[in-house]
Amino acid sequence: MEARERLTEAQINEDLLGPTLRTPRWFWPVAGFLALVVLAGVVSFGLMINRGLGLTGLDRPVMWGALITTFVFWVGISHAGVMISSILRLAQAEWRRPVTRAAELLTVFALSTAAIFPLIHVGRPWRLLYWFLPYDFPRMVWPNVRSPLIWDPAAIFTYLSGASLFVFVALLPDFALARDRTRGWRHRLYSVLSLGFRGSLRQWKLQAIAGILLSALILPVFVSVHSIVSWDFAVAMSVDGWHATIFAPYFVIGAVHSGVAAVVTVMALMLWLFGWKRYIRPEHFDSLGKLELAVGIGWFYFFFLEVVFGLYGLGGPDLAMKQMQLTQWPWSLLFGIFIVTAAFIPIPLWMFRRVRRSILAMFLVSISVNIGMWFERFLIIVPGLARKQPFAFSWGTYSPRPVELIIVAASFALVLLGLLLFTRLFPPIPIYDMKEGQVLHQDLQVGRRRVPGIVRE
Amino acid sequence: MARRSVLGLFREPEAAAKAVESLQANGFGENEYEVLTGTPYPEGAFGEKPVKHRLYVFPFIGGISGLSVALLLTIGTQVTQPLVTGGKPILSLPPMAIISYEGMMLGAIIFTVLGIIFESRLPRPAMGLYDRRISEGFVGVLVSCEEDRLGAAERALRDAGANDMKHDTSGGSRQ
Repeated sequence: MEARERLTEAQINEDLLGPTLRTPRWFWPVAGFLALVVLAGVVSFGLMINRGLGLTGLDRPVMWGALITTFVFWVGISHAGVMISSILRLAQAEWRRPVTRAAELLTVFALSTAAIFPLIHVGRPWRLLYWFLPYDFPRMVWPNVRSPLIWDPAAIFTYLSGASLFVFVALLPDFALARDRTRGWRHRLYSVLSLGFRGSLRQWKLQAIAGILLSALILPVFVSVHSIVSWDFAVAMSVDGWHATIFAPYFVIGAVHSGVAAVVTVMALMLWLFGWKRYIRPEHFDSLGKLELAVGIGWFYFFFLEVVFGLYGLGGPDLAMKQMQLTQWPWSLLFGIFIVTAAFIPIPLWMFRRVRRSILAMFLVSISVNIGMWFERFLIIVPGLARKQPFAFSWGTYSPRPVELIIVAASFALVLLGLLLFTRLFPPIPIYDMKEGQVLHQDLQVGRRRVPGIVRE
Repeated sequence: MARRSVLGLFREPEAAAKAVESLQANGFGENEYEVLTGTPYPEGAFGEKPVKHRLYVFPFIGGISGLSVALLLTIGTQVTQPLVTGGKPILSLPPMAIISYEGMMLGAIIFTVLGIIFESRLPRPAMGLYDRRISEGFVGVLVSCEEDRLGAAERALRDAGANDMKHDTSGGSRQ
């Protein structure tokens, strides 16, 4: 651990609450641009509703394309947030302090965005009602309540509710702090949200237990969500290439791989945009890089197993799918991009301390991972469906059309816009947690060296 | 007799701990004083007794409630819409287990959050005696007691080195 600057509570308040209470000059142009991209996505969706799904590249037998890929991608991104926050809280890792809230927020915004995608994908979102009500009594047509597609919303709803409540509880002391520093409508808003939190010893004690207890409760939910998303594929009767028992752990670790990378992206952006050099330091990127290295190697192992099981089993559909992914144009090109950007570039680079401590390098590598991981999901979904199936009377290939690409781009803008607007109202770094770090921080004399240490109960 | 409050503000946590010690020595009970800080301090830093709470009960109650609702939902929907799928029984366990698990966890999380709010004695519609300097690093020692003991409380706070004091009736602060 590096030597750290001693900061007063007033300084921490000023530094971390500043961007929330005073609008940075770049804020509205950036927010406006992102809002325009989101608007383009809304218009594209409107066109899809008006003209029909014919505007997309979806056609038999490929009825899941870029939109479902993006759904899986955002569910994956949402995973690292609460996982990082929970594991680091349970392990009482000191470097968690500036990371946790950004990670939790990423979960909330990425998961909310993911939840929109199945509705966009079906083209007629109002038919969601039929999930709740049987819609054709005379012909005895019912929704299948045992379908894996029912599990998905249940898991996502639980995870989103849990993650949002987790963020809310951790925000209580910061709402109180903002309440004490504002007037007018902001003061009224923070007064309501803080619920009258005053910082009594009882409230702090409960706050500490809350972090541990909610972390322990949300971790099993985190594992279940992407397992269930993987079962959308693995349990599907009609696509043989998806029938892999390894899918659940492979999806979970893939989600962590892309999610931790996304946390690095957000941390770097926060550092550059708000100038929080005193709070987000190279040692945090170093620790995230080490975590990414372990997760990345684990993910690559599962990826390798998935390929080997597919080839070694000598099952016709599995072999055909692997052959398509690895050798057939344009899938082979996409496969090359995926494996280079998600594994061959980042994993070796994370082995070097200089790379892990370079914020620009970590930022670029994190973007590379998520480009690769989007293609990974695309390569599972589309080639799986694009093959000729038994009893298929027509089949073809798939390429995303402009409406789909615009909606995919809009989803990235939506997540970024959500994060940006959040920082206008609430601090994206837990201020009380940073202050606790200062209280517990002690410099220790060890022989001739003075080393920073942390008091832990 | 009417209850009155006085809030002592301390720049140093050691002085606040001394004030708490002095209040205890003057016979003030646990429910008569409260330490307010803008930072979480380690438990016992101000000589206070460990906080008692029943937070751990809430997730269990929530988990059982969530499981019950989820079972009711899954059994209810399958019985009211008895569609045989793939020759499987109407009450098929694997899909029920997943919904039940998610329901149980959701119930546990919601009840835990409610428990945190309840056990933290929140929400508080009125803030009572408070000073915004507490969130800037000052430590507040708030004493609420019978009117005739207010003088003793003030003395204890002043002797420990309070930098400022506030009273609930006047609304202002006096040294």
